[in-house]
Amino acid sequence: MTAAVKPILEAHGLVKRYGRVTAIDHAEFELYPGEILAVIGDNGAGKSSLIKALTGALIPDAGEILLDGKPIQFRSPMEAREAGIETVYQQLALSPALSIADNLFLGREKVKPGILGSVFRMLDRKAMQAEARAKLSELGLLTIQNINQAVETLSGGQRQGVAVARAAAFGSRIVFLDEPTAALGVKESRRVLELMLDVKRRGMPIVLISHNMPHVFEVADRIHIHRLGKRIAVIDPRQYSMSDAVAIMTGAMPPPGMQVAA
Amino acid sequence: MTSTEDPSQTASGAVPPKREMQDFEKVLEKSATSVANFEEDRLSPLKRFHHFLHAYPTAAPALVLGLAVIGFALVAGDRFLTPFNLSLVLQQVTIIGIIGVAQTLIILTAGIDLSVGAIMVLSSVVMGKLAITAGLPVPLAFGAGIITGMLCGLINGILVTLVRLPPFIVTLGTWSIFFALNLWYSGSQTIRSQEIAANAGFLQFLGTPIDVMGARITYGTVMMILLFCIIWYALNRTAWGRHVYAVGDDPDAARLSGINSSRILLSVYIVAGLICAIGGWALIGRIGSISPQAGQTANLDSITAVVIGGTSLFGGRGSIFGTLIGALIVGIFRNGLALSGVDVLWQEFTIGLLIIVAVGIDQWIRKVSS
Repeated sequence: MTAAVKPILEAHGLVKRYGRVTAIDHAEFELYPGEILAVIGDNGAGKSSLIKALTGALIPDAGEILLDGKPIQFRSPMEAREAGIETVYQQLALSPALSIADNLFLGREKVKPGILGSVFRMLDRKAMQAEARAKLSELGLLTIQNINQAVETLSGGQRQGVAVARAAAFGSRIVFLDEPTAALGVKESRRVLELMLDVKRRGMPIVLISHNMPHVFEVADRIHIHRLGKRIAVIDPRQYSMSDAVAIMTGAMPPPGMQVAA
Repeated sequence: MTSTEDPSQTASGAVPPKREMQDFEKVLEKSATSVANFEEDRLSPLKRFHHFLHAYPTAAPALVLGLAVIGFALVAGDRFLTPFNLSLVLQQVTIIGIIGVAQTLIILTAGIDLSVGAIMVLSSVVMGKLAITAGLPVPLAFGAGIITGMLCGLINGILVTLVRLPPFIVTLGTWSIFFALNLWYSGSQTIRSQEIAANAGFLQFLGTPIDVMGARITYGTVMMILLFCIIWYALNRTAWGRHVYAVGDDPDAARLSGINSSRILLSVYIVAGLICAIGGWALIGRIGSISPQAGQTANLDSITAVVIGGTSLFGGRGSIFGTLIGALIVGIFRNGLALSGVDVLWQEFTIGLLIIVAVGIDQWIRKVSS
């Protein structure tokens, strides 16, 4: 990437205090189009707070967030979502008893055209099922029989797949993935990593929050290291080892003076 | 690059090169590569039955209802299997069925409403007192009764959503409160059937019988079936219904999906109050008079119908027609056992057994994913 490429999402001088605890201490953040940016940091480093601030789940006390270079303020996750920022939370946010199709459209259901939709609020189930099928096959997630299968009958990796598909499907522009492989087995983690690379190939930037260094080093283009409430380094995974990253993250090694050019 | 370190120093040796699998994952190449292929395993018949029950929660109670009808037809044949007797069962379950619709909505959100019976009676008393004692025009009195039910639901809803109290405690409290208000407002007086018929016949409308081929149902029964259909539509064909299930299933997941859980819960309690008020109207039709002491068992009977109908007390699972079937199962068992000459106490015994078996089946069905 050249210097001419503008970040799609950036934040400058973000601050969030809880009483005497400073969760975000003048943090910086940049995400460039089409990249996978990993955010790593020790427990309590404030990466969750940073991600929450960027996805509307938390309102920062100070600092600015720019989407496409324009200042923007989210007061709720819904507003962030409307701006095209989707988040897959660690706890997945799927409703186990509802079907795959229902889950994909949960909170943004389609109603039938005409009076059936406007007065009787009738859902356009056919259209939603067709679109759900299309979205899942687009991501190679589907060798499907039953899109009306309850999500709870799926395995952890399959659920993660549905959650990622939902995040990537609806005209969104940025996807945040919070520990997507934390609860998964080896095989399922592999599939989710491939899914991430697939989403990236389709041009969508991903922010990956993870503690799993091998996964981070495998898929990330750049690694944002968070420590004590701020970004202390951005490194290129091709030039640093995992132990370097962990050392910087935990303060055992001084951070390289500047961030890597994008 | 601003780093001063030598890249080769760190990128060699123990560090796996980028974009390559971890060593331990190499073997995965031979495994399936699609991310979430929903393959169907070959299932044992029991597992397949398990999945079937999971996909169709109404199937188990429907099976029980069918077996009960066949069983009683064999035991108490000619007296049981007549249009008149079966339609009598329908009439008997009308009130419980209507209240059961309200209870199902609440239980789907992982709540429980102990005040449904009290709301029903309070609404009927408001209708009767305003129309007969206060002499208000009947439509006005009727409307006031309906609004009373909705207000009661609103109070429950506010306590559950804004004050964040558990539904069990809220409705245990409002049960007593609504019942006390009802005794106070009615002065513990029953309004006699003749008075209502003379001054406000409309309030008894749902008691009007319809005779078809030896069967006798009332408009109240028709109203009950209508309510089941309307709420079925709302739950299964509108976004609101999907959100009710989602909120009951996993409130956090629903919230993160952008659903306003509080608003959904509040609307559910108000709709339940409205349905209870309609139940109050049907109650006047059923017993003719308006008594503050009527409908005492409606609370627990409605929960029984919901639970036997296969709706999970833990929320998010179940179907509205399951409740109709649940109410019918209770009605059929009472009626059939009575016709078979079984003592009333064994009717109660059987209903108790059904509840426990129903909840046991529900727990088993929920384990489908494992």
